[in-house]
Amino acid sequence: MEKNLALVLLLSPFVGFLFNIFFGKKVSRTVSGAIGTLTVVLSFLLSICFFSQLNQSGKPFEFSVFDWIQVSNFKLDFGILLDQLSLLWLLFVTGIGSLIHLYSISYMHDDENMHKFFAYLNLFVFFMITLVVGSNLLVMFIGWEGVGLCSYLLIGFWYKNQDYNDAAKKAFIMNRVGDLGFLIGMFIIGALFSTLNYAEIKTALAAGNADTALLGVAALCLFIGATGKSAQLPLYTWLPDAMAGPTPVSALIHAATMVTAGIFMVTRMNFVFDLTPDVQNIIAIVGALTALVAASIGLLQNDIKKVLAYSTVSQLGLMFLALGFGAYNVAVFHVITHAFFKACLFLGSGSVIHGLHGEQDMRNMGGLRKAMPITFWTMMISTLAIAGIFPFAGFWSKDEILMVAFEHNKVLYVIASIASIMTAFYMFRLMYLTFFREFRGTEEQKHHLHESPSLITIPLIILAVLAVIGGAINLPGSMWLTHFLEPILGKHEAHALGTHEFMLMGVALVGALVGILWANAKYIKQAFVPKSDAEITGFNKTIYDKYYVDEFYTFLIVKPINGLSNFFRTTLEPALGKVVFSFGSLANGLGTQGKKIQNGNIGLYLFVFVIGVCAIITYLFIAQ
Amino acid sequence: MNNILNQIGIENYIFLSVLLFCIGVFGVLYRRNAIIVFMSIEIMLNAVNLLFVAFSTYHQDSEGQVFVFFSMAVAAAEVAVGLAILVSVFRNLGSIDIDNLKNLKG
Repeated sequence: MEKNLALVLLLSPFVGFLFNIFFGKKVSRTVSGAIGTLTVVLSFLLSICFFSQLNQSGKPFEFSVFDWIQVSNFKLDFGILLDQLSLLWLLFVTGIGSLIHLYSISYMHDDENMHKFFAYLNLFVFFMITLVVGSNLLVMFIGWEGVGLCSYLLIGFWYKNQDYNDAAKKAFIMNRVGDLGFLIGMFIIGALFSTLNYAEIKTALAAGNADTALLGVAALCLFIGATGKSAQLPLYTWLPDAMAGPTPVSALIHAATMVTAGIFMVTRMNFVFDLTPDVQNIIAIVGALTALVAASIGLLQNDIKKVLAYSTVSQLGLMFLALGFGAYNVAVFHVITHAFFKACLFLGSGSVIHGLHGEQDMRNMGGLRKAMPITFWTMMISTLAIAGIFPFAGFWSKDEILMVAFEHNKVLYVIASIASIMTAFYMFRLMYLTFFREFRGTEEQKHHLHESPSLITIPLIILAVLAVIGGAINLPGSMWLTHFLEPILGKHEAHALGTHEFMLMGVALVGALVGILWANAKYIKQAFVPKSDAEITGFNKTIYDKYYVDEFYTFLIVKPINGLSNFFRTTLEPALGKVVFSFGSLANGLGTQGKKIQNGNIGLYLFVFVIGVCAIITYLFIAQ
Repeated sequence: MNNILNQIGIENYIFLSVLLFCIGVFGVLYRRNAIIVFMSIEIMLNAVNLLFVAFSTYHQDSEGQVFVFFSMAVAAAEVAVGLAILVSVFRNLGSIDIDNLKNLKG
């Protein structure tokens, strides 16, 4: 029974995908959207069932769907594991997934390919569930690749625009780089332990007979995989470009769920990373640097979705910072709260874009507070949450990351704090430019300004409520989440709430307020509006152009590869062709000469035949 | 059986066989008449058969004789086909001189 329910949970979005891809065009758009949504809601309800069951019994539920690979002593089955970690992920993936599906029914209603959109979205949820519930690395890898595919399909959803196609390809290719790391890491682990099953690896490691050097390489490779999927340095540049996709996609895939897959994987393999402190240091440093770099780029972006994208990269960096210090529970906490408020922010920006008929440049917005009150208030709450204002969800989770950082490494703590202040600044810059002061767009746009329909605002309200109360799952007093994850992550010492902790909270809060006041002074008091692209100069231009990282990659990798393929095409291919063709003409010439021997004279044939026999016989005698 | 070999000696069989084979080879090389070429080939074949039988007796092993049966059966079939071809060649060309058979020229 449980087994069947788990399979329904897994396959329900897949059924939605099959329906929408094959019959979606035949039914009306609303029906196609409703079916897409209902299949995900079904998964969500089943996740709740399993979750409450697990909460009572405390026993994870594991079973094998079928035997998959069996080669000598290496055995692998297609296993499903529903434990604390995977159910937590399932809950917010399917939960937020349902809300975003609901939102998309309204948001995508004017699109002729809406059924395709829902098909891809359902397929994404299916692969995400696969990624989360797999009981071994290979099943996770199927989901891992699958979500990458769906991300590609959805970024390039409006395929008539070549820029969007390029963004989709960029996302796919950069993910491939990371995936190679994941693959190599998986192979090493498979070679070391003859298994890919999490529980079996853990047992083997507990027995303590692992080659730590090789294990370190494996952990590093897995982390490289995570940097690709979760957009960390140096593979983060695809995520801002991925904003080319429809806004619900950005909210679901590129903010709330898929990009957290890297964090899920590292948390899942925590027993490996715990044994490799060097790799953990690398993770922490990469995370902190990513947080800082992305936040600083976010300071000057003018595209509303780009700001949110860099903010996502920056927040993911903070999560990796926590992972690097072994504080997996803290990272998971931030993943969940971040999913709430970032999904809300993206959906809110989608609502704004919807209201302005596709306008994404904040320089042409402003004053939307009156026209779109629900969007404004929900986004305001989420902004307060991401900025880390007491008592919203982001405050608790970000504060814990900073606390962990303070405990382990003061330098990284300072970096993360600066990134947090920047976060507060650019988020309020976004709010001020979008919702305050006068409207800067055209008269026609102003005339059409309206609040979005209820299918759009309801998910916003639900997510905003979660952004307020989401912190409750791991309040410093109760630490429910930490206790809940103990079977997987082991016991973590709870912070006793002393003056030390209160001081750090105070510092974080003051930092956030400084960022807000800074933004307030610049964009409200001075009424500053970002200059047009051509007028930006100096260091600001460097930041505005994202430190020229894309240009650097183009110079370092794309150009040489283009040059190389040009060389192959113009020089090597003709040269090789000549060699191959010369064999052909040699055979041709031999044939032309050889055919003269066949002159039809049987006497000659017989003579040659006898000579040949004699030659063979002579040879045989001599050879003996 | 052994008596025959004792009286005559294996080497004589070999000489005879080589002689027959050489006659066959020269027949093939020098005669123009297709039927005689054909007969020469048969002589070569039988030279080998003779050698087979001789050595079969010498080694007290009947395998060689079995082989000879096979090769004789195949040779009979081959002769039937070969003669049929020659007959049809004669009907078409009015001659079986191999110098005239130049239609196989490539």
